[in-house]
Amino acid sequence: MTTNQSKLKRKNDLIAYSFILPNFLGFAFFTLVPMIFSFVLAFAKWKGTGNIEFVFFDNFKKLANDRAFVKSLSNTAIYTVLVVPLTLIMSLVLAMVLNMSIKGRNFFRTVSFFPYVASLVAVATVWRFVFSPAVGPVNMLLSKLTGKATNTLPYWTTHPGPAMVLVVMFSIWKNMGYYMVIFLAGLQSVNEELYEVASLDGANAWQRFTNVTLPQLAPTTFFVTIMLTISSFKVYDIFLNLFAGGDNQLSDATRVLVYQIYNTAFRSLDYGYASAMSMILFVIVLVITLLQFYGERKISE
Amino acid sequence: MNLNQKMKTGYKVLIYFLLLLVTLMTIYPFAWMISSSLKENKDVFNFPIEWIPGTPRWKNYVEIWQKIPLGIFMKNTVKLSVIVTFLQVLTSSFAAYAFAKLDFKGKNILFMCYIATIAIPWQAYMVPQFIMMSSMGLNNTHLAIICLQAFSAFGVFMMRQFYMKIPDELCEAARIDGLSEYGIWLRIMVPNSMPAITTLIIFTFVTTWNDFLGPQIYLTETRLKTIQIGLRMFSTQYTSDYALIMAASVATLIPVLIVFLSLQKYFVQGMMSSAVKG
Repeated sequence: MTTNQSKLKRKNDLIAYSFILPNFLGFAFFTLVPMIFSFVLAFAKWKGTGNIEFVFFDNFKKLANDRAFVKSLSNTAIYTVLVVPLTLIMSLVLAMVLNMSIKGRNFFRTVSFFPYVASLVAVATVWRFVFSPAVGPVNMLLSKLTGKATNTLPYWTTHPGPAMVLVVMFSIWKNMGYYMVIFLAGLQSVNEELYEVASLDGANAWQRFTNVTLPQLAPTTFFVTIMLTISSFKVYDIFLNLFAGGDNQLSDATRVLVYQIYNTAFRSLDYGYASAMSMILFVIVLVITLLQFYGERKISE
Repeated sequence: MNLNQKMKTGYKVLIYFLLLLVTLMTIYPFAWMISSSLKENKDVFNFPIEWIPGTPRWKNYVEIWQKIPLGIFMKNTVKLSVIVTFLQVLTSSFAAYAFAKLDFKGKNILFMCYIATIAIPWQAYMVPQFIMMSSMGLNNTHLAIICLQAFSAFGVFMMRQFYMKIPDELCEAARIDGLSEYGIWLRIMVPNSMPAITTLIIFTFVTTWNDFLGPQIYLTETRLKTIQIGLRMFSTQYTSDYALIMAASVATLIPVLIVFLSLQKYFVQGMMSSAVKG
């Protein structure tokens, strides 16, 4: 390489860096550095002032015996196991329907997307009112239909079982439209000719769906599954707004992982211990992502 | 009518029934919210539901502004959402240009950094981030929210995906015409990526507008609060003012509704073309 060429190369590099720099500075400082800091804190004991005392795996040992933490983890896991497949199926079905040439398609697309953009606090508050055990219209209607008194009907906002049902329904309602749009995008790239070939071969609608649509949608489905799983594991605001009162506290039945992190860090000011919990969240999300990437590669082979 | 046609009609009826059901369930909470916002507190839970109140109580919409500093919350939220969206779109599309169209040392490693962090939830590092921000004196400032929202890896990734589809020949031709790289970004990339930019605008605006945990951590002074935590504070303080809570909820939905409906056309288009496909 002549000096002129390498000079030009260096100049080009500098121009490229200048494009990246504004974003990278913010990104490095407010994302990368805290991430690294989080790894360090997870193995330390620190209340925000004084020296950071390294305790190695003590935080993690403590976590295993922390009843509230284990409960929050299992609640989050149950929530995820319910929300991911249900949202996936509902949004896929909706996308298939809204991909057909039917009247009012754009209207239906817009309507089903709206809960996603609507502010969470507002809609969660309505849901809390509508599902209010004693006076809400849902239990009033159920009471009318079954002839039972409202106090024998599900306590949606307080009892563990019904509360989980409520939060899962809410979550599907809120996010279905978003994943529907992603599936719609995926459906645009499905090869139309394959449908014709399948029809000529005498495949019925269901066979066309399983043999043509699903395999071609596999990348989209993987993407949606990853996004859904990750967002389910970091759920917090939905639970808080549906179930917590003025003190912002969640009971055993409804506490989730991020709530536990929040409480430990910002109420008890136990930063080290909270970071150890964050590590658990990080590892779970990482493992799921890796599993799914691995699975996707296997399927596409 | 033969059997095939009959089946087709039945199929159509089924699909419309399904759509109607979904629409009904989607709209129900909003309808209930609006209806209740125009009632007296004592009438909110009357059953059967009186969808259109006999004497609508429009006064609720006046009282919410007096009872809580809703105006300040609104102003704070608009300010944060606009600044964050502007910074996010500008810096993302800028960085994405380099990742998509330029060759430089360390490109792959840098891009891997971005990709790797997309999957890491913010909640996993929000604690150390808070410690860093407070040590810089940013706790209880709007700057904290701007810093933590405005530089997401997702925006860079999304814009890059879209730029990859713009033919290199366009940039090449512009380069021969003597346009600088900055000129190419401004004159070629930006005008050609409007669907992606619109999508990113909606996403960022809506995410910032609706963010809950960030403001809950950083903004504890009432004068700084955003609409989300302000509304939450109101609904937990005046628990039995059902109608007012609903009126305030409706008020917080309107700006998002306007942004969404006015950009809606580009949005589905943008989502579909720039997509976020796996």
